[in-house]
Amino acid sequence: MEFIYQHPVLVAAIIKIAVLLFIVMTALAYLTWLERKAIAHIQSRWGPYNVGAHGLLQPLADGIKFLFKEDVTPPAADKVAYILAPFLALALGLSAIALIPFGPPDKLFPNGQQIYSVVDLNIGILMLFAITSLGVYGVALAGWSSNSKYPLLGGLRSSAQMISYEVSLTISVVGVILLAGTFNFNELIAKQSGWFWHWNVLSIQHGGVPQIIGFLCYLTAAIAETNRVPFDLPEAETELVAGFHTEYSSFKFAMFFMAEYANMITVSCLATILFLGGWLSPFPDTGIWHYQNFLPGAGLLLLAAYCGINTITEMRGIARLQMAVVTMLAGGGGLICLYPPIAAGIQGPFWFTTKILAILFFYIWMRATLPRFRYDQLMSFGWKLLLPVSLANLVLTALAIILWPVVTHA
Amino acid sequence: MIPFFIFIICAALAVAGAIALIWAREPIHSALALILVMVALAVLYLLLGAPFITAVQIIVYAGAIMVLFVFVIMVLNFGLEERTNFSKLAIPGAILGLALMAEIAHWLWHASIGRALANGPAAQVAEASTRDLSEMLFSKYLFPFEATSILILIAVLGAWVLARKES
Repeated sequence: MEFIYQHPVLVAAIIKIAVLLFIVMTALAYLTWLERKAIAHIQSRWGPYNVGAHGLLQPLADGIKFLFKEDVTPPAADKVAYILAPFLALALGLSAIALIPFGPPDKLFPNGQQIYSVVDLNIGILMLFAITSLGVYGVALAGWSSNSKYPLLGGLRSSAQMISYEVSLTISVVGVILLAGTFNFNELIAKQSGWFWHWNVLSIQHGGVPQIIGFLCYLTAAIAETNRVPFDLPEAETELVAGFHTEYSSFKFAMFFMAEYANMITVSCLATILFLGGWLSPFPDTGIWHYQNFLPGAGLLLLAAYCGINTITEMRGIARLQMAVVTMLAGGGGLICLYPPIAAGIQGPFWFTTKILAILFFYIWMRATLPRFRYDQLMSFGWKLLLPVSLANLVLTALAIILWPVVTHA
Repeated sequence: MIPFFIFIICAALAVAGAIALIWAREPIHSALALILVMVALAVLYLLLGAPFITAVQIIVYAGAIMVLFVFVIMVLNFGLEERTNFSKLAIPGAILGLALMAEIAHWLWHASIGRALANGPAAQVAEASTRDLSEMLFSKYLFPFEATSILILIAVLGAWVLARKES
């Protein structure tokens, strides 16, 4: 007890980390469900359907399966690096998320801790890039330490790819930082307040140019950084079996899988913060727009209504019971979210999550739609197109800041 | 108290990493140990109130330069490091190194800077903002800054000339 009173900051941080870890892990699991479902529907299939109603318990079943599979270590592998690689990948992927503010910097008590962010660093975005720039080691080490030809090729490809695209990724973001003049996430977001055309992707507010080019460059480079289709060369199954994680099984494989999804969430968060106004609502909180506070509750109630109709008309047996539970959870959550103080309090996280989900859906959509690049195309695209364009965006933004007078919206 | 513990842990990690860097016979293990040293040093910068340098240290050294090292080692796929007769020079080298270290420790202990360090300066150091740093860099130290960028440009041109195909 003494310790808790003496170190309130530390204790608050640990509690927030535990809560965030739980939420992120659940989100990772259900992101795989969302991805399988969305791709299945795009390809006119059903996707997971049998484990739980609409396959809702599939992530749980997958997790248990990963835990109980035999953990094989190849005899020729370099033990230290082989075991270190998945831990490094997952630890870096998860710790990057700790820097993200999920809502406004409100405090529960005066002089207390911010509710929606674990830490609020003045150099938040630099720290995030520092952590994500280490992410390449997980993949490279996994490829090398397996001591097998396909993983080695996959690891080499991914190192080259991640180094190449990291340059464009970082430069495409500098325009926004120039406009805002800060590295702090909350300040970056606060500068974009107002209508949605004040967000950096469209704004001419700070005497700059809209960062739409930067946004597109960022999205493209981010897909390559996270090794997703159409840039998933490191694990191209037609050429490399499974690339860098071919020799991994059981939970070590699951850790790479989770790290990939954690990285997806991180880059989506960063895109949201830098270009799409972070936790800000697209509408100002005045007049009739005050009713937007009831959007989360209304959305959940709509979901509950859909689930309820689905329960009655389509589900049979145990699935009907499970769907009824989902209906009740969504309905109860929706009712709680309609209570005005709570409705006002969850506005930040609600809009943040909505924007992240939109970007994640875009990712999944890309995966279901586009074929894979050839390796030389990938490299020439990164260096000869993406890098010059993001550099041009940076120069243009810098020129605009100097030459244009500051425009302020009324 | 907590910064002190963090300092001890990171200093120990940095020293352990440096020793492992020399001892490891597998080049990749050496590279990993060097990354550990870089990251531990970055945390020490943070304790000294220089968060910007911390981030840059990790991004540039651990995230870019060492990735290239690891990449090159992976491409060339070296075997284990060979120990030759010349390697035996390491023993007198280690003795000389230890002597030098003892001497530095001795002088630090007796100099004022050493006493200031022992009294825990971390609490008194104000956090230098990135703005202060860039103002210094672009006014007082503008010439060295520009000279460095020209140096880097020359290095880029050199790499380009070396990598260019003969035609």
